[in-house]
Amino acid sequence: MGCGVTKAAILIQRWYRQYVARTEMRRRYTWNIFQSIEYSGEQAQIKLYNFLGYLMDNFTPSSNERNLISHIFRENEVCRDAEWERYFCYKNIEVPEIYSGPHLTFPLTVEEAVGLVEAFRNKKQQLHSRYVLQLLLETWKLLRMFPNINRISTCHSKEITICGMIKIFFDSGGKNGMPSLEKPYVFNGDFVDRGRDSIEILLILFAFLLVYPSNVYLNRGNHEDHIVNLRYGFTKEVLNKYKMHGKRILKLLQKIFSWLPLATVIDQKVLVLHGGISDSTDLGVLARVDRHIVRNQHVMSKAVIYSSLSLQSISRVFQRRASFTYPKPMGTRYCFQNRSLQDFSDRIRVNMENQLELSRREEPTLNTQINKPEQESLCLSTDSVSSDNTVDEWKQILDLLWSDPMTQDGCIPNEVRGGGCYWGPDVTEDFLNRHNLQLIIRSHECKQEGYEFCHNRKVTSVFPSSSVTGFNRGAYVKLGPDLVPYLIQYQASSMTRELTVRQSVGRTERSALRVLREQLFAHKSDLLCAFRKFDSENKGLLSLNDWASAVESVMHLDLPWRMLRSQLVTCKNSEGTIDYYEWFNELTFFFWSLQHIDQSLLEMLYRHRSTLETIFRIVDTDNSGFISMQDFRQTWKLLSVYLKMEITDEAISDLAVTIDSNHDGSIDIDEFMEAFRLTDKKSRLERGRSMFMGTRSGCLTANAHLKRRKSGQNAAA
Amino acid sequence: MAENSKSAEATVLNTKVLKKLKGAFQAFDTKSDNTVDIKEIGTIFYSLGFFPTQADLQKFTSEVEDERSGYIHWDRFLPAMTKVLLEDKFPPISDELLLQAFEVLDKEKRGYLEPEELTNYMTKEGEPFTQEEMDEMLTAFTDEEKKHIYYKDVIPHLTLERKM
Repeated sequence: MGCGVTKAAILIQRWYRQYVARTEMRRRYTWNIFQSIEYSGEQAQIKLYNFLGYLMDNFTPSSNERNLISHIFRENEVCRDAEWERYFCYKNIEVPEIYSGPHLTFPLTVEEAVGLVEAFRNKKQQLHSRYVLQLLLETWKLLRMFPNINRISTCHSKEITICGMIKIFFDSGGKNGMPSLEKPYVFNGDFVDRGRDSIEILLILFAFLLVYPSNVYLNRGNHEDHIVNLRYGFTKEVLNKYKMHGKRILKLLQKIFSWLPLATVIDQKVLVLHGGISDSTDLGVLARVDRHIVRNQHVMSKAVIYSSLSLQSISRVFQRRASFTYPKPMGTRYCFQNRSLQDFSDRIRVNMENQLELSRREEPTLNTQINKPEQESLCLSTDSVSSDNTVDEWKQILDLLWSDPMTQDGCIPNEVRGGGCYWGPDVTEDFLNRHNLQLIIRSHECKQEGYEFCHNRKVTSVFPSSSVTGFNRGAYVKLGPDLVPYLIQYQASSMTRELTVRQSVGRTERSALRVLREQLFAHKSDLLCAFRKFDSENKGLLSLNDWASAVESVMHLDLPWRMLRSQLVTCKNSEGTIDYYEWFNELTFFFWSLQHIDQSLLEMLYRHRSTLETIFRIVDTDNSGFISMQDFRQTWKLLSVYLKMEITDEAISDLAVTIDSNHDGSIDIDEFMEAFRLTDKKSRLERGRSMFMGTRSGCLTANAHLKRRKSGQNAAA
Repeated sequence: MAENSKSAEATVLNTKVLKKLKGAFQAFDTKSDNTVDIKEIGTIFYSLGFFPTQADLQKFTSEVEDERSGYIHWDRFLPAMTKVLLEDKFPPISDELLLQAFEVLDKEKRGYLEPEELTNYMTKEGEPFTQEEMDEMLTAFTDEEKKHIYYKDVIPHLTLERKM
């Protein structure tokens, strides 16, 4: 009897362990998917800058297009500080009686700051826009007084806490406690774009900054950037929550971000920054730059000058920006290639380098009148333009915010991110020696355990948990006078503890797979090509292995395709082969509403969807959520030229007409993007709608649905 | 000599299996340097469908570990795994036996187990669970309302995805 029990127990234990192991495997490749998509998103970011730079450099536009371009780039608020203060004035915003959220008085008190945390975390309230603007204004004024590099010492307190993000208050249940006179904090960038409460998190951060200006230190991250915010959804969040004053809030935040310090040095020995360093990083240079001027929107700012000068001289000015491009590196860890954009960047680079040669022989003709120190929104001083300093400064900052460490020696461009570099242990060694430092603490990379040491323990990466995947651990650092980093790990949101391992993996996995399907769809023609190469007899069938190899050769995402196959392909024959035409039908099934639209256009749309959305939002300069039909058409045209894709005017018109549901000549950006969102087959079925394969009847239903939308009924997507 | 035997083994395993091994290994190669933490070996084994005992795992680990570094390199992992595969050392256990196993523990044949009972068995008999494993299992499988573990419902989850 006892023997039987033991055997039974062992059996169950082994099965259970196996189950857990499988779940863990799934979790890991889900993680891989997210990481790869996230990084390729960031890479696409830099490519967007390249695209915009391309527009400026290579376009000799017709007057129509020139209008669009200057429209895209126009920062029509060229005004002085006083004017800014008026623009952001909150004084005539009334707070209604029924408002039940927190009230703020300035100067801010600790109680009010803590009250904010309570309100956001527990009561889920929203701060009134009047207080938001006031808070942000005070923050802006304060930040302008800070140097580029914060310098603090441990002598006044026991320990300094270094956090990847302020979310620690939300996630670890505030275990470390709020910032205070005894508890100084350094927040290491990327305050936004990581969840739905980004604005609330920022407000709390700034509130504590105002209350304890000598005990809260902020370092800029690569997400503290206007264009990045557009892409990653922070802009949308703000506009949704603050319908009336959202635009002003965003503008003010733009300014605040540009004034965020770049790094912090503790006790002259420990450097804390968001991304990392490169072999050319020089803290002396960084201490002297005008940090609010030299920002990622370099391209944007130059456009102000564009509108008042000739194209020729402008092109030359822009080309100076181009020298941050590098030759191709070897041995990247992941290879993400959004190929058409990549190809194009290469070609531009070559072009630029040629013209750079030419321009070196001439002085740029820049109107010096434009450069008045008070005119803050203008982002170049004569000095920086007339020398290569601007480029150097920008590269320095880019490196600081975007770089990642690597195990090999040397310093190579960071192709995964599209900006900054990968730097090796020798670079760390050299850098620390040159600056008389002993340690670098940085964030920027999501680590499963929340932290990682490298380069002989001279570089510490610390990362908070990510709401994207939701279940990795986070960590933060405590640094005392001994300057030895103590790492504290914590588990992410309490939500995941309530779900079982199985459930939380399942949920995340589903969204990861959805994203992956979109990517596959977006590369359909390339995939078809690759499949045909393997299918020499043209049977339309592939073995599992061949399928996986072909997919990897096109997607370059370095994912375990064989393992994912079972979730991505349901139409498998009994012999174990895959009918790939059938598979494409299966994929296309998810895009039911769009079968009447040109396939290649569709593919392009999916592949560059987020870039497209970002561009639309840039075009929408007043942040209204609408762009005119004309701008819409022109944007597509520009993009198609850039990507060297054949898109007929007709196809674009079809697209535009489909989307302009009320025929008023303007397009709702959200609606546009929504129409092309991949919907989950299962959830649609669950909602009781019977959509089906790419058959004619499917098409008809799709059109019917569109007609319903056009007549203004809001059928949920 | 190591190279020779490696390539010999590589040809012994067909590419499909080789890729599967590589995939499983790489999933845990967090530093991208072709090594995995020894603590993950159990997970790798299980995810490939094997059922080693804890003792088996320890033996395997000690043979392939890189000089007590706590890591195993692919170059040592592969030949050892090949041996395992060829010798069929840790054969899978049929899922039918799993039902019988639960029924042995459910002496009164109620169709379910109480959490305390299961905890008792799992943490005291056989190859005992850690507290963490036990907590996880209970969270995953205890029916919310009745607070019982209905093992017949649990078994399909445990045995899901058995396709190699």
